[in-house]
Amino acid sequence: MTLSIQEVQHVALLARLNLGEEEKEKYAEQLGSILQYADKLNELDTEGVEPLDHILPVFNVFREDKVIPGPDREEILANAPLVEEGQYKVPKII
Amino acid sequence: MSKDFETVIGLEVHVELKTRSKIFCSCTNEFGAKPNTNVCPICSGFPGMLPVLNEQVVDYAIKSGLALNCEIADYCKFDRKNYFYPDLPKAYQISQYDLPVCKQGYLDIEVNGERKRIGITRAHLEEDAGKLVHQGTISSTTFSLVDLNRSGVPLLEIVSEPDLRSSQEARAYMEKLRSLLLFAGVSDCKMEEGSLRCDANVSVRPYGQEELGTRAEVKNLNSFKAMEKAIDYEVRRQIEAIEDGEEIIQETRTWEEERQITRSMRSKEEAHDYRYFPEPDLPPLRISREWVERILQSLPEMPEKARERLMEEYDLSEYDAHLLTLTPDYLAFFDECTLYYQDGKIISNWMMGELNKLLNQKNMDIAECRIKPAALADMLKLIDEGRISGKMAKDVFEEMFETGASPEKIIKEKGMEQISDEAALGTIIQEVIDKNPGVVDDYRNGKKKATGFLVGQVMQATKGQANPALVNKILAEKLNN
Repeated sequence: MTLSIQEVQHVALLARLNLGEEEKEKYAEQLGSILQYADKLNELDTEGVEPLDHILPVFNVFREDKVIPGPDREEILANAPLVEEGQYKVPKII
Repeated sequence: MSKDFETVIGLEVHVELKTRSKIFCSCTNEFGAKPNTNVCPICSGFPGMLPVLNEQVVDYAIKSGLALNCEIADYCKFDRKNYFYPDLPKAYQISQYDLPVCKQGYLDIEVNGERKRIGITRAHLEEDAGKLVHQGTISSTTFSLVDLNRSGVPLLEIVSEPDLRSSQEARAYMEKLRSLLLFAGVSDCKMEEGSLRCDANVSVRPYGQEELGTRAEVKNLNSFKAMEKAIDYEVRRQIEAIEDGEEIIQETRTWEEERQITRSMRSKEEAHDYRYFPEPDLPPLRISREWVERILQSLPEMPEKARERLMEEYDLSEYDAHLLTLTPDYLAFFDECTLYYQDGKIISNWMMGELNKLLNQKNMDIAECRIKPAALADMLKLIDEGRISGKMAKDVFEEMFETGASPEKIIKEKGMEQISDEAALGTIIQEVIDKNPGVVDDYRNGKKKATGFLVGQVMQATKGQANPALVNKILAEKLNN
């Protein structure tokens, strides 16, 4: 099974990947074979099996509504490539 | 608006829940702090951090759902909504997709005297994103700044059915929703601070057509007024486009307050494919009926009930009762005042009149008001006792509003007390009569209106402090003798 070039382009756009023509063809084939492998699951009879939302049989895990201050701003921003006025500086988005 | 087209509106409302801490971490949920001071590795999206759900958030969601007549789910879960945006540090938002905590509710609105039920499709929990600050103007700036204080603030997104048919109905829906949420005590619902936000899905269709027209989603509606204007503009735009033979495109548009138009936000980047999947870091919720019952018991009297009560117990008009029950603070003020003063109608008149006027002038909330209900009651008693006139009371009230002083103290200090001493008034009135023999003659010759001048003179002599009823009585006695 091969993915269509359009599908690859769509997924690449969602992942913000800039792919060349050759790469698109390569990924179409590779992603296709991965999906084909996952398709094996469709061979299982899942009649009457409830979908699984979470792998552990655990429910209602809560925190109390209590404030615990976080680290200092300098510490939080320490790894940011660009900082200005205590804020992350990013390329303009509009 | 064209007569041939029907407007169809559905609203998506985001409400910030007023918990102490954020939804998945222990940072404070507080508005207005310096940028990036209410943040931690969890709400900043650092690798490997794990969210833990704040129990109070679920309590508030259930409470909101009950206030909106929703079904509360037995079982619900969280999902990841994936998209890239600089205000979303994890590149996904934790939200609820197919199993929201509340569904199928409704609220009733009233427009032009007609009651209408508006369906609520669902209400689900999610985390808020951070805030982007743009330097300079949008066209000249080269970068944006990100403040994550709001990241992880608990939100309830409430989605209405497309049941609204005009901007007026949309406004009535928002006002009712706000009122219900304020009474439920789950949010402070301040549009100007962004704790109540609204997007409108707007479409038009020829009358009689069952199928819905293509909709546009209008964002950036920062006040009730902006929402009404944006909807009206969008309806006009769509009708004109259709009449010109254009096709309406399903898109997101933003309201531009300065230009009073909606503008398309569509770009090729905006591919709406969020690839929702169950959030593996949060176990699902089981909400027992005992839990729901406990929350139900904690709901206070809701505005509709309160309105009926006020109309019944105090003989208030539906309009006044409606205004008094718009917010819990108004109702609490009124109710407390009735503990000290019997006549609810008079209390209502003062609240709707002078109090509202002053609050509006100062752009203040009733909760910030320096006049306490007991003090208003004291002032009303002073009027009843004839110690101040209704007219003087307005000055006293204004002084109370400014300084928070008791009415008793104000009239003492300002020498405002009404003169109700018959002997003292008698002396003053006699002086006025003696000074104006001509007017007195006019009166005795049948010009009954002449008393008006004499009363005016007495008022002037007493700086308006004479008890008017008593002045009239004494004056009549003296003139007729």
